[in-house]
Amino acid sequence: MIKKFLKLFSNNVFLFTVISIFLGLFIGAIILLAAGFNPLQAYGVMLQGIFGKPKYLSYVIIRSTPLILTGLSIAFAFRTGLFNIGAEGQYIIGSTVAVVVGYFIHLPAILHIPLVIICALIASGFWGGITGFFKARFGVNEVISTIMLNWVALYLQNFLIYTPGFQKPGGEVSYAIQPTASITFLDKWKRSEEGIAWLLDHPFWRDLFKTPINWGFLIAIAVAVLVWFILKHTTLGYRLRAVGFNLYAAEYGGINVKKNMVISMTIAGALSGLAGALQVMGVSHQISLLAAMEGYGFDGIAVSLIGNSTPIGCVFSGLLFGGLKYGGPKMQPAMGAPSEIINIVIGIIVFFIAIPQVIRLILEFGKRKKAEKV
Amino acid sequence: MSGNIKPDAKSTAQIPVVYMKNIIKKFGDFVANDTISLKVHKGEVHALLGENGAGKSTLMNVLYGLYTPTSGQIFINGKEVEIKNPNIAIQHKIGMVHQHFMLVKPFTVTENIILGMEKTGSFGKLHIAEAEKEVEELSKKYGLAVNPRAKIEDITVGMQQRVEILKALYRGADILILDEPTAVLTPQEIYELGKIVHNLTKEGKSIILISHKLKELKIMADYCTIIRRGKFIDTVDVSKTTEEELAAKMVGRAVNFIVDKKPKEAGEVVLKIEDLVVKDNRGLDAVKKLSLEVRRGEILGLAGIDGNGQSQLLEAITGLRKIESGKVSIHNKDITNKTPLEIIESKISNIPQDRQKRGLVLDFSVSENLILENHFKKPFAKKGVLDHLKITEFSIELIDKFDVRPTDENKIVGNLSGGNQQKVIIAREVTNDPDLLIAAQPTRGLDVGAIEYVHRALVRQRDEDKAVLLVSLELDEVINVSDRIAVIYEGAIVGMVDAKDADIESLGLMMAGGTASD
Repeated sequence: MIKKFLKLFSNNVFLFTVISIFLGLFIGAIILLAAGFNPLQAYGVMLQGIFGKPKYLSYVIIRSTPLILTGLSIAFAFRTGLFNIGAEGQYIIGSTVAVVVGYFIHLPAILHIPLVIICALIASGFWGGITGFFKARFGVNEVISTIMLNWVALYLQNFLIYTPGFQKPGGEVSYAIQPTASITFLDKWKRSEEGIAWLLDHPFWRDLFKTPINWGFLIAIAVAVLVWFILKHTTLGYRLRAVGFNLYAAEYGGINVKKNMVISMTIAGALSGLAGALQVMGVSHQISLLAAMEGYGFDGIAVSLIGNSTPIGCVFSGLLFGGLKYGGPKMQPAMGAPSEIINIVIGIIVFFIAIPQVIRLILEFGKRKKAEKV
Repeated sequence: MSGNIKPDAKSTAQIPVVYMKNIIKKFGDFVANDTISLKVHKGEVHALLGENGAGKSTLMNVLYGLYTPTSGQIFINGKEVEIKNPNIAIQHKIGMVHQHFMLVKPFTVTENIILGMEKTGSFGKLHIAEAEKEVEELSKKYGLAVNPRAKIEDITVGMQQRVEILKALYRGADILILDEPTAVLTPQEIYELGKIVHNLTKEGKSIILISHKLKELKIMADYCTIIRRGKFIDTVDVSKTTEEELAAKMVGRAVNFIVDKKPKEAGEVVLKIEDLVVKDNRGLDAVKKLSLEVRRGEILGLAGIDGNGQSQLLEAITGLRKIESGKVSIHNKDITNKTPLEIIESKISNIPQDRQKRGLVLDFSVSENLILENHFKKPFAKKGVLDHLKITEFSIELIDKFDVRPTDENKIVGNLSGGNQQKVIIAREVTNDPDLLIAAQPTRGLDVGAIEYVHRALVRQRDEDKAVLLVSLELDEVINVSDRIAVIYEGAIVGMVDAKDADIESLGLMMAGGTASD
């Protein structure tokens, strides 16, 4: 009976995901209840905090943008059979390079913005490519090398922040990028006198423009489409998928497995790096001293998992994640519920999605075994 | 050893030792066994015949307690029993020798046999000498000639199989299930196995033999139950039937055994291998100074027992394994240590030995698999973008031409039957229009109908004046399909005969390391 139930849902990934999310929310509710809070009220506060104002929605989108991209990064590598734990480090490299190029170089926006993005892509692509190269050339497990490179990236950023000429005096932060490198919507205008005047008369827009709403989300969507196209419609995607599914058959079929591993990790690195660059260009405009990893890369693993490693799935699960991450902490001031609860809820959702995925894998494996045996 | 030894074996008065009644076993919606009944009497060899996927192994796994039947009854010596797990099967004196042996290699024969039921003294001391004596006695009784002190890793596959049989006997088995016992044996070893089976039945053991090899079954079995697509077809007295009849019952249509092939003059040399040395994964020489030529318009069969360097040889030719020394050339073009892609471009196609590991991306669709080597070429791709329309057109054409079933180019290849998976590979490799087609064990695990199909495809290549290198562990196949036969032993060619003059005996000797004159 349970088996049948599981089988039914394992065949419908979408339904499966939705149910897992609700199960996660349900268990989260029990935890809230146990902690002495009314879960309905708590979730109500959260929903209000997500959908209540244009500003909130804008923040959700802003929060989702890097998550979608790191999710895509992990999904992309995963399609080639590689587990990119290094999204975090690649993100750091992308954001650091974006600040360096955004601050030191002076160009008109039309050139400056693409230059920042391209430099960040190259650097973080290289960063990811190192892992691919080590894997292909020396057989170094990508999980281990990416974890180590994460720390290298973190300390590299911290080192740069203390570099004179880059560190903003009086803080453990860098200088902000030039306005020409910003992709925040109407950044200058909204702080100008006429901008302020216009926004006073238009409350909806005033609310929206209180947030650093920027081009990042649209770029992320475009990149998701691009990733989908690469995987589905190009010879490169064909090769990457072939290597991911069965590298022995790929090798036999004349596909250069090692080269494709490097390519895959390079692209994955560039995707995570783009997340970092867009975050800098659209939201933070600077980088600060990191005491610990910010977690965009690690959250990306969950985003990719919930999104079933598909580009479209990553967009939606990135939005879901962004919503939970933004709306969740609002429970705290409104009703004194610990914001940690929301992290527990997110953890449980991931758990519920991961476990049935494992069950599905076992089911499929069993089926194949049986087919061989019969 | 044939059916006439015990003419009274199936007297109606006798209670069958095994009676499986109306067994149904379902996996989800899939019915692996659909109301199958099987009666085995004392002292008889009962063969279970069927194509791959017919449900033979499922039925035996039900009897051995590995699967619980969906419905049906099992009677052992007339008493209804419920066999929930292999331990219960062993209690009912049922023993099973699996196709893939389950032995601990660094252990001795005796240690393997007593594993799990060791007799121990104080402080857990093994009574090994005692056990060795018991094993020796058992071995003598049934003419198995196994040395109880030999280590498994030092003895031949045939011997290992005997150890498995002893293991079952040591546990008191009266009913022995042998799952495809001849698949791994040389002709001589198969002959020896026949004798052992005879000795066992003489002593009152009953044997259930799973097989799809008609020839051996005809020699060894008294009765034969045929299963097709999970359904019971017939139980026949083997001595009163012919191979053709059995095959027809198994496949459901008449089968042509003789490979239809007109004499043909071979042309110039296509593949030339000179003094090739290739190492295996452990770093030992697996191919030792091997030289071989394959000519246009011939099928060269490479006969040999598994593990004599065939895999390494083929991997070296196709660029998947490094060549230490020596030279491989096609049409005088050196392809030594070139990449797989360069070798494919030199018009060499390869039906790999392990179709699920090397030959196919099981998670890809049929059409994606069909373009594996050519996915980046016109018309399938332009400037790095795949043309799905052209790929689909191409796939539909090939699926039709090579009779791949089901006729769905979007079907995931992993869900196809073994025979149809092989058809996908053949379709792809043959359509590449190779000068040399390498076929490694192309019929492994395929049923009679599919084998017939593969053989015809190979002969067609030859008739189109291509060179074909056939590597097979099935000696019958090599003799039937090839024009010339080379024998490989320990990484070198030890004999070369014309297929017309080949006989199993002398080839079998050469495969085992003797010479033709022995």
